[in-house]
Amino acid sequence: MSPTLTLDRRTFLRVTALAGGGFMLASYLDPLDVLAQGRGNAAPLEPNAFVSIDANGIATIIAKNPEIGQGVKVMLPMLIAEELDIDWKDVRVEQGDLNPARYGTQSAGGSLATPTNWEPMRRIGGAARHMLIAAAAQTWGVPAAGITTTPGRLLHAASGRSAGYGQFASAAARITPPDMATLTLKDPATYRIIGTPIPGVDNHKIVTGQRLFGSDVKLPGMVYAVYQRCPVIGGKALSANLDVIKALPHVRHAFIVPDSHGGGSMSGVAIVADSWWYAETARKQLQVTWDNGPTAGDSSEAFAARAVELSKEAPHSTSREDGDAEAALAGAAKTVEAAYAYPFLAHAPMEPPNATAVFRDGKLEMWAGTQQPGGVVNTIATALAVTPADVTIHLPRMGGSFGRRLYNDYVVETAVIAKTVGVPVQLRWSREDEMRQEVFRPAGYHFLKGGVDASGRLVAWRNHFVSFSIAGAPPAPPPAQQAPPPAQQAPAGGRGGQAQGPRPAGSSTLSATEFPARFVPNFATHVSMMPLGVTTGAHRAPGACAISFVMQSFLDELAHAAGRDPVQFRLDLLANTPIPMQGGGGGFDAGRMTGVLKLVAEKSGWGKRTLPAGTGMGVAFHFSHMGYFAEVAEVNVDASKRIRVNKVWVAGDIGRQIINPLNAESQVHSAVIDGLSQLMLEITVDGGRITQGNFDAYPVLRMRQAPPEIETHFLTSDNNPTGLGEPPLPPILPAVTNALFTATGVRVRSLPLSRHGFSWR
Amino acid sequence: MPVTFTVNGKSTTVDVPADMPLLWVLRDVLDLSGTKYGCGTGQCGACTVHLRGRAVRSCQTPVSNVAGAAVVTIEGLSADGTHPLQKAWETLDVPECGYCQAGQIMAAAALLALRPNPTDADIDTAMNANLCRCGTYIRIRQGIHHAVRSVAAETAGFTNVNPTQEAT
Repeated sequence: MSPTLTLDRRTFLRVTALAGGGFMLASYLDPLDVLAQGRGNAAPLEPNAFVSIDANGIATIIAKNPEIGQGVKVMLPMLIAEELDIDWKDVRVEQGDLNPARYGTQSAGGSLATPTNWEPMRRIGGAARHMLIAAAAQTWGVPAAGITTTPGRLLHAASGRSAGYGQFASAAARITPPDMATLTLKDPATYRIIGTPIPGVDNHKIVTGQRLFGSDVKLPGMVYAVYQRCPVIGGKALSANLDVIKALPHVRHAFIVPDSHGGGSMSGVAIVADSWWYAETARKQLQVTWDNGPTAGDSSEAFAARAVELSKEAPHSTSREDGDAEAALAGAAKTVEAAYAYPFLAHAPMEPPNATAVFRDGKLEMWAGTQQPGGVVNTIATALAVTPADVTIHLPRMGGSFGRRLYNDYVVETAVIAKTVGVPVQLRWSREDEMRQEVFRPAGYHFLKGGVDASGRLVAWRNHFVSFSIAGAPPAPPPAQQAPPPAQQAPAGGRGGQAQGPRPAGSSTLSATEFPARFVPNFATHVSMMPLGVTTGAHRAPGACAISFVMQSFLDELAHAAGRDPVQFRLDLLANTPIPMQGGGGGFDAGRMTGVLKLVAEKSGWGKRTLPAGTGMGVAFHFSHMGYFAEVAEVNVDASKRIRVNKVWVAGDIGRQIINPLNAESQVHSAVIDGLSQLMLEITVDGGRITQGNFDAYPVLRMRQAPPEIETHFLTSDNNPTGLGEPPLPPILPAVTNALFTATGVRVRSLPLSRHGFSWR
Repeated sequence: MPVTFTVNGKSTTVDVPADMPLLWVLRDVLDLSGTKYGCGTGQCGACTVHLRGRAVRSCQTPVSNVAGAAVVTIEGLSADGTHPLQKAWETLDVPECGYCQAGQIMAAAALLALRPNPTDADIDTAMNANLCRCGTYIRIRQGIHHAVRSVAAETAGFTNVNPTQEAT
């Protein structure tokens, strides 16, 4: 494996451990980076690649991005259709294959589809409309400026001529596309599609059980594979009872893959059979001798104990230091000291990872549900000794993902198996494979002390964050010059992390600008790391999904210690003049967060409702993925510590336009319910192995436990629209734990709640 | 071992091991891929089908158990996708990723067959075994009520049933 992309400082923070001590580039990008670099807008996009119109005026619009349930397959075509000016009933949507040269970036992650496509997709639609007008102008012999459109129709008022789009469809295809940058786009007040509720374009196929998902792909003569990896993540298969396995009924092949082929793929044993069940049944008799590697001693208990030890030692680094936190703590009217922790988590999408491939005549054709198809082509080409042009990838719908399929390990493994067996093959992971061979949300440990002054304002904050580095990874390159003093050490743009030394595990870093950083005059973030063997990475709202619980819970503790109302305490904090961002830039906009916090307080009747005993309300907010969200949860706890979430109020600011209100509400429901799930879940490591294997041990939220109502409000602000798949998630965890405190007086400082005797009712 | 049973009204014979789960017979042998694998242990409900009119987990149902029986999958719930639940799911935009929804609809259809006008508590009880990682539970509940109302409206149109009789 050789990385084909240059690792810059920011992508470097997102490398992930790989079997054998290497690392893979997890091309999970920060939305702010993407916007700053203009990614997604770089390639000149051709309208003809996205839009075709038949003689009857029916437009077929290509949905370029992978669909994981975030609604992008309807959202992006809506943007094109709006500016094309056509009725939605005359639009057919087709999923595009992987072809970045035609479609630009094709990925699902970081809540990026909206901010990176809002402008270019509308321009594609506008260009197609412009070409139809130009074709009509040529035929009619009139100036294009005199032609207007109504949905699906061209009109020339001066001569009274009109025609449907279908009449000029073939002529328009021969028109040179206009300069996309100078196209005039619609006045938002005239939108007919954007801002209207449009159901998912695959709904009919879904409710009638038609083939749609990656695991539904079936090719003539296809066989099915299972792939057994080492239970200690990253270990290698040395030998196995392959002769026994190959003699079992309906088994076609059994072979060892001794090494990784890059992209996070790992050594293992493949069993290929006539049905997936035959392969899975044969696996029960598989006996493998493994080289477990150096991390077979890892355990969650040991990590927690080591974190406490490290918290008492000098930190490995300091990622932010404003004022003098220690002096301010010593002089504070009241201080609170607390240790917070959260566990590893698995994504557990309903459809476990799978892919289908056929290798013929030196070419590979794949059907792969992946959030990052563009990132895997070169890896596969190298693994199979073909050129990238020999690799074709179709993008079936995915049964959930939540970040898991940002990592293409199973896709590379499928390609390798396909080349070996020479016939069409589908690799399917079992649920246990999925849960135990995850790219986990990393655990983390925060040792906090905060202080308020006599007037109840937050004046001091110190956090020693104990996190993970990648075990066995080569050290990061030394800095180009001597490290600056800690106060300047936060990289430009405000990211935390370490300039040298061990490489942080995937998604395990804490931003140096994470709120309340910049809003507390005396503030310090210290970091220490422990080596980790299991792979970690992006999990819906990466970083934020864990950190919000810590920050917003500890703020709540300080509010109560100060004798202040938790909403007012936060509003006061947001009203402070922020310390400027290193290297300029706006960063977190306190005004937008103030807006949603006030809105959610108003809508929830914060401070104005009398609640029965055992019932409490909690508030929290979090900024992530360019979205501002504040949430209130009303929670009831009975004498047996059984929890019921009565209602959740959500207020969000994602800019001036909600593109599809029907899906927007779905995404908020989804994020809130996913976050509630996380309150009771944990993945534990023992002997380097994952303890949990299925939903009995990893009890994700069920219908009875879901709140009957999630009331959602959007505050529109004069900002370009941004994404919604992730930012509503982080605040719900602390909103509930803060409500538990008001309901019971019990302050929960570590997750899952089940470790404190709580359960869902 | 040859096993003969009815799938979506059509008599079918498969020659597979007696302990092969119905799920894999449907998916890999009969090419009916609407029924999904989610856990293989009967905990998630993605594989829910109707067996003799009841909702069962096809991943926990050996094919030998369905000999001579009638099995209905999502592909056979209605001839043309017009079961009230299917229509409600489309109208309310219940699916997010959609992977669990065949199982959700089959579980809901079995509930409505037993209790045509369920309460929220009935729905929670009947649907609690079906996981949705996208968290569509609120719209699933709305979808079931919507389907009930649409059936009631149609029935009222033909038979002039007193609406109060529909209340629980």
